[in-house]
Amino acid sequence: MAISVKEKRINDQQSLLLEGTYAVAYAVKLCRVKVITVYPITPSSAIAERLAEMVGDEELDAKYIKVESEHSAMASLIGASHVGVRTFTATSSHGLAYMHETLHWASGARLPIVMSNTNRSLGSPWSILAEQTDSLSQRDTGWIQFYCESNQEIFDTIIQSYRIAERVYIPAMINMDAFFSTHVLENIVIPSQEMVDSYLPEFKPKIKIDLNKPSAFGGVAPGDSYFEFKYKMEEDMLKAVDVAVKADNEFEEIFGRKYGIINCYLCEDAETILIMTGTAAGTGRVVIDNMRKKGKKVGLMKIRLFRPFPSRAIIDVLKNKIKIAVIDRNISRGVGGIFAQEIRAAFHNTKYHPPIFGFVAGLGGKDITPEQIENVLNYTIESDYPDREAYWLDIDV
Amino acid sequence: MIEIRIHGRGGQGVVVASKVLAMGFFVEGKYVQSFPFFGAERQGAPVAAFVRADDKKIHLRCKIYNPDYLIVLDQNLPFEINLTEGLKKGGIVIINSTKEPGRYNISSDFKVFTVDAGSVASKYGIGTKELPIVNTAILGAFCRITNLVNINSLKKAIKEFAPLKKKENAEAAIEIYNSINNV
Repeated sequence: MAISVKEKRINDQQSLLLEGTYAVAYAVKLCRVKVITVYPITPSSAIAERLAEMVGDEELDAKYIKVESEHSAMASLIGASHVGVRTFTATSSHGLAYMHETLHWASGARLPIVMSNTNRSLGSPWSILAEQTDSLSQRDTGWIQFYCESNQEIFDTIIQSYRIAERVYIPAMINMDAFFSTHVLENIVIPSQEMVDSYLPEFKPKIKIDLNKPSAFGGVAPGDSYFEFKYKMEEDMLKAVDVAVKADNEFEEIFGRKYGIINCYLCEDAETILIMTGTAAGTGRVVIDNMRKKGKKVGLMKIRLFRPFPSRAIIDVLKNKIKIAVIDRNISRGVGGIFAQEIRAAFHNTKYHPPIFGFVAGLGGKDITPEQIENVLNYTIESDYPDREAYWLDIDV
Repeated sequence: MIEIRIHGRGGQGVVVASKVLAMGFFVEGKYVQSFPFFGAERQGAPVAAFVRADDKKIHLRCKIYNPDYLIVLDQNLPFEINLTEGLKKGGIVIINSTKEPGRYNISSDFKVFTVDAGSVASKYGIGTKELPIVNTAILGAFCRITNLVNINSLKKAIKEFAPLKKKENAEAAIEIYNSINNV
């Protein structure tokens, strides 16, 4: 049977075995990034190392700048991005926290910087293992945020993020679980440079530092103009939901893969929906399959896009469900898991009010096991209403 | 899905063993996943790594609690840890050891093999004479005993992931593979 040109192109992609860190570096290379700043931090260090090799071996034509801190890593990219080139850095945990001030500046200056963050817990006490509290603490910095399940998804999301960021002039942060992604070796399909080039043409910003066309950058916005700037930023951030959906659809046209801003598994006829993010969502899928075999009407929703928060898409799926369970690998102490809070807020001004059970799990890299996830679903099915903001797995449930 | 847990001590190449074995399955067109036990690694301390292989995409992203196979790089480790914890009934244990399998007092629920990968690695100059690195050689035994990975696929995998002495590592694995007849 003859195959179409599109199918042939999709089949031409190369299958490799890569760790999450190398998948990131590979994507950055294929995106033809021009400036990379690095201040390596575990467990993202291998991203910087692999990129250094690529630049050193002249596989990647980029300026590779070693800086003295994460704060400088972002500050340098702010400078580079103003010149109108594609930029990248990788960080994690304390490194991201140290960047906090510059994250606000990058988004305020409308710079489409792309950064990967390996979700790692913050001290004290010390831990270098998986937890999302680092990036969720940056939720109000005005960056687009994605949370990824597999190395393939991380790779593809980096490529999509440049396309989205450069359309709305908002920086994007791609989050991946420490160790559960970074140090996991798994199958990944790598497209050709031509395919990526066709999806991601050269970045030509509307405004940049140009000697022939002088402009002022980073000035004072007196009076009401600051307010108007922020309004326009919010307007574009909200538009980014549709831009992300479109970028994902266009990605599928070329590469044959698609993720959705949310991803629903067996949700249609489900009565109880489990919401998860990151790598643990993969384990969640397996649990859903097992519970379906036992006749339980359960489904999984993975939230991939966190900022802008895709409230409408989420409510559309959840509105007629009987109960919702949310597992958070993060904590805002005093209110519980952060995704659970966002989902409760999304429901607030609707006429739908299913009970939303919040569960905190896997902080500091504690494994989130199939058994725990099944307990979460059984607890949710058997209880009428949650009696607290969050249940801690293995302690409360 | 096949699940494998690899035990050893920090410095013995447990993580490389998991990568090489994953690559062996990958060469044969399988979906694989390999990862270390996440924690602080110290020279000599017990460490573990995991490998999953399947004909379809692998979604599970947690540690392996109920492996089908155990590979042990250090002959004294079985006396120090609860080696067979979670191992499935009928599971296979392959230990790098000069001892007879019976010396380990492992439950008859499992099948135990010992192979002297240390002498073979030593012969090929892998590691030092006192501390040979057996992480690739023992995988030759895994291929022979389980028949899950072709030895030629393993050879390719060693060429990909062995950090040094790729040829010697491959030859050591092949020698062990050919030396086992009692499967």
